[in-house]
Amino acid sequence: MNNIPQELKYTKTHEWVRVEDDDTVTVGITDHAQERLGDIVFIELPELNNQVTAGTEVVVIESVKAAGDVYSPLSGEIIAINQSLNDSPELANSSPYEEAWLFKIKSSEVLDNLMNAEQYAIHTSHEE
Amino acid sequence: MGKKTYLYNNHLKLNAKIVDFGGWDMPLNYCSQVTEHHQVRKSAGMFDVSHMTVVDLEGEKARDLLAYLLANDIARLKNIGKALYSCMLNENGGVIDDLIVYLVSDTQFRVVVNAATTEKDVAWITKHATDFKVDVKQRDDLAMIAVQGPLAREKVRSLLPIDVQELAPFYATWNDEFFVGRTGYTGEDGFEIILPGEKAPELWEALLAADVAPIGLAARDTLRLEAGMNLYGIDMDENYSPLESGLSWTVAFKPENRDFIGRKALETSADHDIMIALVLEQKGGVLRGHQTVTVEGGGIGQITSGTFSPTIGKSIAFARVPAGKYEQVLVTIRNKQLVAKVVKPPFVRNGKIFV
Repeated sequence: MNNIPQELKYTKTHEWVRVEDDDTVTVGITDHAQERLGDIVFIELPELNNQVTAGTEVVVIESVKAAGDVYSPLSGEIIAINQSLNDSPELANSSPYEEAWLFKIKSSEVLDNLMNAEQYAIHTSHEE
Repeated sequence: MGKKTYLYNNHLKLNAKIVDFGGWDMPLNYCSQVTEHHQVRKSAGMFDVSHMTVVDLEGEKARDLLAYLLANDIARLKNIGKALYSCMLNENGGVIDDLIVYLVSDTQFRVVVNAATTEKDVAWITKHATDFKVDVKQRDDLAMIAVQGPLAREKVRSLLPIDVQELAPFYATWNDEFFVGRTGYTGEDGFEIILPGEKAPELWEALLAADVAPIGLAARDTLRLEAGMNLYGIDMDENYSPLESGLSWTVAFKPENRDFIGRKALETSADHDIMIALVLEQKGGVLRGHQTVTVEGGGIGQITSGTFSPTIGKSIAFARVPAGKYEQVLVTIRNKQLVAKVVKPPFVRNGKIFV
């Protein structure tokens, strides 16, 4: 079974989303996503201060076997990126929810249509 | 549901991820493919390669048949047990398959062909064998296990009924049941063991007990690419000649009077493309099949095989490009052009990095 923390929200495309105290939003990929990709060797992060649109690709993750896109769950400005992934992309395999957060976004949009942990667990089980 | 090898249940027992490969249900990986890769480079791993097909040829003119069917020269097989790698070409010089052939006796040869091409290979060989009165036998009763890695020789020592400790590279030895070649597809020392299908699970379990790690197709692909070896259907097929596939060294134009299928086409082929090997020195992505390659002067080619090399820690690839001498090329990855260095394969052999 994949690890699906209760306190996070999830997208259908296997990103996790956390709303921080200052209303910024942190995004990463789920345990399920990293497991499907396999050994991750390269992560292309967005540029700081980029304006991004909800549903568009903002990060590319390459594993030995495949490349996967990460989509922004909402529109807004990229205010932080996780530079440690440039040298240690494998963190996305070992610590997808903590050390391997991908980017933080500032948005005036309200997050809706995201799944909670139970709904995401059902979503991934249907994909198997 | 695809065809299953004699070892299918052993793969399930090890929780392998199973995928379709050339019509067969085969293990893609058992654990991390990178971990599996390193196990072969550093100690020993084993592969179920029973999906590949053994074809036995027998007849007074078996050698003449192979001299006509193969682009490499079967006359190079002088000693019993010696193996030869060759392409089998069509009249246009396109590669029907690449294969290994062993000299078993003056009138007997054992050929190992790829899984996905088995049907057309056997049909092609049989069609020509009739003229030479050679008997062609497809051996679906046999399984094949490859044991590869620096510790392969030590690991198989007590597990095989025949002594292979002094077997020279690219030679095979056998008894009534086991046929063991010191060959492989990883760039490491090792053996390919052909045995009766029903005996395969027992040997597999014995190797497991001897700490030989099971290795899936995913690691098999990164290992063979590091070793600078082509994969049929990806790096070459019937639309490309060996000269366009980095396999010129396997085509024996001498002696000039040996007539083999495809020879005329190869001799008259004008400006053909070539295959080059690439290493991506900068970060920015992973080289993958079908990415566009731009060479000096603006010529365009394409990556055939590309991956991240676990041993080197960089991305490596084969690419087919217009003929020329290049030191570097540009590879288009997601609308960006990255510089890749042109190198001489292999990338890795016997655990050492060569590029």
